Amino acid sequence: MDLTFLAFFAPFIAAAFAPVLVRLLGHNAAWVLALVPALIFVHFAGFLPQVAEGGRVTGGVQWIPSFNVNFSWLIDGLSLTFALLISGIGTLIVLYAGGYMKGHPQQGRFLCFILMFMAAMQGLVLSDSFFMFFVFWELTSITSFLLIGFNHNAERSRRAAMQALVVTGGGGLILLAGLIFLWNMTGVSEFSLLLGTGDLVRESPFYLAALILVLGGAFTKSAQFPLHFWLPNAMEAPTPVSAYLHSATMVKAGVYLLMRLNPVLGDTIAWETILPLFGGATLLVGTFLAVRQTDLKLMLAYTTVASLGLLVMLTGFGTEKAIEGAVLYLVAHSLFKGALFMVAGNVDHEAGTRDVTKLGGLLAAMPITFGAAILSAFSMAGLPPFVGFLAKEEIYYGIAASDPWSVFITTVAIVGNALMLVIGFAVAVKPFLGPKVETPKSAHEAPLLMYAGPVLLAALSLAAALWSGLFHQFISSPMASAVAGAPLEITISIIPKPGIALTLSIVTIAIGAILYFGLARLRAAMAASLEAIGWGPDQGFDQFMRGLVRLSVVLTRTLQNGRMEFYMTATFVLLALWLFRTMFVAGEWPAVPAFPVLSIYEWVTVSIIAIGLIAVVRAKNRLTAIVSLGIQGFAVAILFMLMGAPDLSFTQFMVETLTVVILALAMTRLRLSPQDHRSAGQTVLDGTIAIACGVALTFILLQILQTPFDRTLTEFFNLYSYSLAQGRNIVNVILVDFRGVDTFGEIGVVMVAGLAILALLRIVPKRSLGSAPAPRVPAPEPVAVGKE
Amino acid sequence: MAAAERPAIDPADAFVMEAPALADWLIVMPLVIGFIFAALCLMTRKDTRRQPAIAITGLVLILLCVVGLFVHVLVNGTVVMAMGRWLPPFGIAFVADMLGATLALISGIVGLATGIYALREADNTERRYGFYPFLLMMLSGVICAFLTGDIFNLYVWFEVLLLGSFGLLILGSRRDQLDGATKYAFLNLVATTLFLIAVAYVYGLFGTLNMADIARKAAVMDEVGPRLTIAALFFFAFAMKAAAFPLNFWLPASYHTPRLAVGAIFAGLLTKVGVYALLRILLTIFPADRDDLAVAIAVVAAASMLLGAIGALAQTDMRRVLGYLVISGIGIMLAGLALGSATGLSGTAFYTAHSMVVMTALYLLVGIVGAAAGTFDLHRAGGLYATAPWLAVVALVLAFSVSGLPPFSGLWPKIFLVKASIDVGAWWLAAAILVSGFLTTIAIVRLFAFAFWRPAHPDMRSLSLAEVPVARLGLPVLAGLCGLTVIAGLYPEPFIQVSDRIAFELMNPAGYIDAVYAPMPAAAEGAVQ
Repeated sequence: MDLTFLAFFAPFIAAAFAPVLVRLLGHNAAWVLALVPALIFVHFAGFLPQVAEGGRVTGGVQWIPSFNVNFSWLIDGLSLTFALLISGIGTLIVLYAGGYMKGHPQQGRFLCFILMFMAAMQGLVLSDSFFMFFVFWELTSITSFLLIGFNHNAERSRRAAMQALVVTGGGGLILLAGLIFLWNMTGVSEFSLLLGTGDLVRESPFYLAALILVLGGAFTKSAQFPLHFWLPNAMEAPTPVSAYLHSATMVKAGVYLLMRLNPVLGDTIAWETILPLFGGATLLVGTFLAVRQTDLKLMLAYTTVASLGLLVMLTGFGTEKAIEGAVLYLVAHSLFKGALFMVAGNVDHEAGTRDVTKLGGLLAAMPITFGAAILSAFSMAGLPPFVGFLAKEEIYYGIAASDPWSVFITTVAIVGNALMLVIGFAVAVKPFLGPKVETPKSAHEAPLLMYAGPVLLAALSLAAALWSGLFHQFISSPMASAVAGAPLEITISIIPKPGIALTLSIVTIAIGAILYFGLARLRAAMAASLEAIGWGPDQGFDQFMRGLVRLSVVLTRTLQNGRMEFYMTATFVLLALWLFRTMFVAGEWPAVPAFPVLSIYEWVTVSIIAIGLIAVVRAKNRLTAIVSLGIQGFAVAILFMLMGAPDLSFTQFMVETLTVVILALAMTRLRLSPQDHRSAGQTVLDGTIAIACGVALTFILLQILQTPFDRTLTEFFNLYSYSLAQGRNIVNVILVDFRGVDTFGEIGVVMVAGLAILALLRIVPKRSLGSAPAPRVPAPEPVAVGKE
Repeated sequence: MAAAERPAIDPADAFVMEAPALADWLIVMPLVIGFIFAALCLMTRKDTRRQPAIAITGLVLILLCVVGLFVHVLVNGTVVMAMGRWLPPFGIAFVADMLGATLALISGIVGLATGIYALREADNTERRYGFYPFLLMMLSGVICAFLTGDIFNLYVWFEVLLLGSFGLLILGSRRDQLDGATKYAFLNLVATTLFLIAVAYVYGLFGTLNMADIARKAAVMDEVGPRLTIAALFFFAFAMKAAAFPLNFWLPASYHTPRLAVGAIFAGLLTKVGVYALLRILLTIFPADRDDLAVAIAVVAAASMLLGAIGALAQTDMRRVLGYLVISGIGIMLAGLALGSATGLSGTAFYTAHSMVVMTALYLLVGIVGAAAGTFDLHRAGGLYATAPWLAVVALVLAFSVSGLPPFSGLWPKIFLVKASIDVGAWWLAAAILVSGFLTTIAIVRLFAFAFWRPAHPDMRSLSLAEVPVARLGLPVLAGLCGLTVIAGLYPEPFIQVSDRIAFELMNPAGYIDAVYAPMPAAAEGAVQ
């Protein structure tokens, strides 16, 4: 079997065994489980040489041939880098979770969810087929939902989980529409084929629709302003989740999608306007909100939002260098942000708090963690000799130009980067340096499982910059080429070259340094201004949900109000409207029927019917009305007889008699008020509806009567009723032979009806439904449709 | 003598002369078994210990028959059997095409699942007063409705299933049950009566009741007027039966009142018979009129799916949430009917099957949840994540499945329908499908978050599953139903093949008509001339 195929499912299999392994091995199960992503990492690393030479590996198996959907993968520079990040960081995260969740009663469940997420994320980036991509995309939302809600007893966790699912899951549905648009526009449903259809897509009249739908998916997943709010809330999840899903991998799925589709959707005015605008706004909002925070994880979370904004902005900027910068920054960000989150987790785990204002002087207790933190902070700040520096230089090369748009974007980037520098150092330095602060727990160095990850990632930040040639050759250049859709070569190294980029870097660092020392004041200012605004999309989300529920309650109460008269009235009004509408559309009305030629006794019978009906309508009490209805029924029976249907007539007599008797009996027992209490207006309304329905049905009948009747069946029955079915009475033969099955079914109906009546009469209601308790007060239908 | 003047009678002009193949008998076996076992259960109604075993035997046999029938149709194509050997269109023909056989198969599964679940739920009083006879009669009615090829006979099965369901609905005689049952019975009687009126019109217009015969005659009819209006009347009646908005009043008024097993089989079967009838009438019989009604159907579909999902959001009783989700699902099924394309109809067929299984499972799930949490009130239930983790897994699978999220069976038909909508430029219908999925997700995940994640209400105690009687048989049943939705989600290919074939058959009614007339080539020209 193809190992790549196996790699798709290996984490799922590992996930299935995680709870058992944890029960057997305790937290050391992480060592075993981490083997799976580690092996996957090794497997995909094997593709590096091939991809570095510009190769593209595709493969797959048939999955749903009836719908042209294959289980197919595409390994190029872009997906390979992602796959390596996912499995590589995934390995470290599994180990980290082994330490972080040690002794937690649900550690097995946690590792299971993490591994399921890993499988989903990996499937997402490797998918070639749209629908496979979509399946994995939604799976990441679902697993993220489970992980954010892991501390399910806390209301905040549940809310955050719901919120993340609503935003990203909803975005996924928009994306689905976008993918179907792309499919319909190009006729292909695989990325590898789609990449060659860029011009077709861009010239299509549906381009803008497809673009907006795709962006709907990408922006929600990658937390772009104003839909960014779910990501900081997702910090309710245990820290390994924050490090893995909500910084290094899942939130980059949107960016991945944009990069994947850049050769197809990019290079248009819409793309190069919308992306930088939203990305830039997200960058600024993210950094400003990060400054406001004192919780280490929230500070990092908002810079993640900002970084995602930066990536979107660069992807949409449109120059090759900007794409190169985006690629470098994406890798750098995964490394340093993953590490910093784990550092924050270590601090929280060991010191018992992650409020930056309540931390300080941990250096002595946690030197290794500090080491990882400071190295990562350097990378985040864009200082040499770290990969973050390479990224920032390349970014400035990519966007710096003298036209107003570039100046604007560059300014945004400088402000954002400077603030990110501030936060990076605030997270990495403040808890460790300075005077020792009393913390809830007395801090020790975290165990090996928990510092291995951050240290390794920090070291990689350094190594990627030091050996930038290798890094570019195998990782960044192939990835940038895949994003650009044309071969690109990245050459940037840690040796600073004088030029515009270096100048801007120095400006950034200078601004950052100034702001860092004024952080406390900056934070207070941000807090004050946020308070002045007093509203954010997060509250907006609550208002949206509340509004939705309220709207639902109002709508449901209005329509499903529990009043039988309303239901009946609505049904018949709709019936009349629907039938008249159809006749109107068809444009066929019955011709005026010829005046009937009837004999005198037929006229008499018809007038009895009319009198009976008038009596029903005018009857003062219900009993009279029922009897009058009976008169009308008897008259109809007489008509049947006159027209040569004695069987029918006899049946009608029976039915009418029984109906009147039973109804009269029921009336006397029910002690209903004998009068009809409807107001005059109500009576007129009801009468109108009744007449409208009657007229509509009569019109159809008249139309039918104006077509000649097909007597095939009648002739057949006449011919064979005696000769083959051995019965002289054709009606009886029809009932018991020609259409015997009908009669058989009706016998069943009678039996069931009898049984139902027996049950109605005999069963004395109990207060409760045995095992399934009923509401204590039996609530007839319009019960409180509650408030959320 | 008069006899001498009569034309010579040749039985071959009136009868199907060849005995039906043995396998063809499968088409009537659900009816035979259903009625026999209902009668047996009725005879043993006071023996409340042995009666359930008889009932389950009957349900198993019905399931075996419909499985056999499904395979038979899958391999050999449409199966036709003339009742009393009378040549179509003179007698009543049973016709199992792919659509009918598939729905019959799923009805068999749903029937057995709820029958087993009810073993621990229905108490002795309910058994004595006909729980299993009602169940068996209703199931036979439903299956025969899917298999009959005669429009009046279809009406008869509607009556059988209406009365059977009415019996199940009132068992227990609690006030809220009777309140619900009254609305259920009256509104459904209106729908059934309109159906009957439409049948009478059809007979007046075409002089025949055999569906294939009507289809044949309708296709060559010149005047559009009465035919279109009759089709519209059928649409009205069956849309009401299917609880499509705005004719859905009866469903939210009643579905939450009976036992959960009863709610489950209702949700799984009843409204789908309405959908089936719509497909049959508007595609096999009056395809030209479907084209004329398409926009109206699409509006009804979109409104049903959206208002169903919105209604679900407003509810705090878990059972009511599900009632509205049934309505939302009906809207999605109607979307394919409105589109009328192969992709759309395939989506409808797949979604119908999916919805039957998943809605049944959801009701059974809520039954266990309500029993374990001690309440159906979302504001008070809680704590089940800790006490019943496996139930939580089931709940998640079903929640995502009903929302149409991957990797479960709701996903593919929705993709089909969205694609089919976009194909014809009906972007608003595609949007409605996606938005309703979105709202459904919120409604059902909210239910999960409340009943499972949230800690139990201080004055409620959530039981472990070992303490909940319905869970013992309920969980295996649920596991089986969940298995179906997972398999259909992960490997949809065979399901899509069947759906595609259903769509093809619906779009090409000639196959259905030819199958009905196959045994009598002479009759095709009208034997009596």
